[in-house]
Amino acid sequence: MTSPAALRGEAIRAAFEAAGAVPVETPFLLPADTLLDLYGEDIRARAYVTADPIRGELMLRPDFTVPVVEAHMAQMAKGAGEARYTYLGPVFRRQETDETRPIEYLQVGFEVLGHPDPAAADAEVFATIAGALDGAARRAVTGDFGVLLAAVDGLATTEARKAALRRHIWRPRRFRQLLDRFGGRSPVPPARAALLAAADPMADMPPLQGLRRQDEIAARIAALREDAATPPIGQGELDLIDAVLSLRETLPNVLGALADIAVDLPALGPARDRLAARAEALAARGVAVDDLAFEASFGRTSMEYYDGFVFGFHGADPAGPPLATGGRYDALTAVLGRGRGGVPAVGGVIRPELVLAAEGAA
Amino acid sequence: MTLRLGVPSKGRLMDKTFDWFAARGIALRRSEDDREYAGSVEGLDGVDLQLLSAGEIPRELAAGRIHLGVTGSDLVREKLVAWDQKVEEVARLGFGGATLVIAVPAGWIDVDTLDDLDGAAAAFRRRHGHRLRIATKYHRLVREFLREAGVADYRLVDSQGATEGTVRNEAAEAIADITSTGDTLRANGLRILSDGVIHQSQATLFRSRRADWTDATRATLAEIVERIG
Repeated sequence: MTSPAALRGEAIRAAFEAAGAVPVETPFLLPADTLLDLYGEDIRARAYVTADPIRGELMLRPDFTVPVVEAHMAQMAKGAGEARYTYLGPVFRRQETDETRPIEYLQVGFEVLGHPDPAAADAEVFATIAGALDGAARRAVTGDFGVLLAAVDGLATTEARKAALRRHIWRPRRFRQLLDRFGGRSPVPPARAALLAAADPMADMPPLQGLRRQDEIAARIAALREDAATPPIGQGELDLIDAVLSLRETLPNVLGALADIAVDLPALGPARDRLAARAEALAARGVAVDDLAFEASFGRTSMEYYDGFVFGFHGADPAGPPLATGGRYDALTAVLGRGRGGVPAVGGVIRPELVLAAEGAA
Repeated sequence: MTLRLGVPSKGRLMDKTFDWFAARGIALRRSEDDREYAGSVEGLDGVDLQLLSAGEIPRELAAGRIHLGVTGSDLVREKLVAWDQKVEEVARLGFGGATLVIAVPAGWIDVDTLDDLDGAAAAFRRRHGHRLRIATKYHRLVREFLREAGVADYRLVDSQGATEGTVRNEAAEAIADITSTGDTLRANGLRILSDGVIHQSQATLFRSRRADWTDATRATLAEIVERIG
């Protein structure tokens, strides 16, 4: 017997097919190496790991993103360009702290790959998901990692510092720690100070072992010296980063605020233009952008692989898990492309069980 | 109904546990037949002694199959999710002390803190094309610790023994392991990060919150607490 949630999922998938998506089937078991390489060790806390002696470690799919992108890349090799995909099935989430969270639930997704116009593709995904939710969601929130990344890129400091900040944009506490250090607001640890003060720190170095070689250590000491000689990021710029991070307004108001901030941080200009283009594309699809919420920090702790537009749809309980989430993940496809290049990608998923619960509560 | 007490079934941990209870007027005895993991208690009524692997005692406590258990506080934290909702510390026994630490090759003169480890991991991944590997058997504790510290670009590799040797064998770049004096680490050319202490462990008497507590077992517990208090 098909469960009500599965039936609802099938109806949503049919709506996605009507919107031009091709249904794809993906395996339940994925090679653990690929997921570990993409998401890092934290994925082990979220995904079930199993193994066999031939293939080694495998993971029960925690989501569909990786297999769908890989399926698309296989099609690209045969000459496919722009494509839309849909899928429906269970995903599995290992729980380490909260026994009440589900370990298995349905996801039905809509992904647009290879679309040349990012604003149009972002709007298409958002509007298609909103349509499929059919009024079950009470509130939509949007964000854009592109704005944060542009703010970091605009800082008047070294490329090394910007790269360090970009690398930790999804870890707010660590990001803050780095900003404090680069802003000269936290003391240099004693061992670091001693290392920098030494005329020739490599002179009486203990014997080395392992894969990390002497030249790598020398290179890092050189990088630390360069950083120590770099002037701190000024208070004015730190305040601008804070202003961007705390943006939490309707989309039109955020566009206004970003125009103001861009006067002092011109690098934000292109990111603001992209946001404006997306707002127009959303409006053209009938989304009420004047009331649409934008939070610059939305998804910062939970959506590590998104690097542009992000969104979530909430039911009656704003603190509960979102009924649907999604976003742009161009950088992830570049990693999966393994040197063959990435592909523009944006998509989202709906959780049918939560949609039914939200409708029941309404 | 009797109170089930689980204690380590062999080695120094068992001997020290027996000594600790004996000093408090509770004589734990292992059965005459050394191959049999059964025992008895003298000097206190209503206790059923069970000799178990120290590594299994956390699970037995969480399942409520034993009321009290002696094991390392590191094992409870590693093996039990939300451990403090499943068990409660009754007494720290003052032996079996060991510290779970992160250690790197002594030659890494540029790495003294977790912040350095994160920086070195980023550069290592760019150079070698894979994440910096940390060998350990304490996966959950280490992962949580590194997540809190915001360390990225690392990967845990499982090592169930002789973990200090994994760096020399180039199976890992750093380790997270239990040490008591640090001698083995030093002998293997490794150094503990200055902020790399994950957990100070010692043998601890735990009470299961999940066991079936009756008036009788509660009274026995009260008696034990009074003797050891």
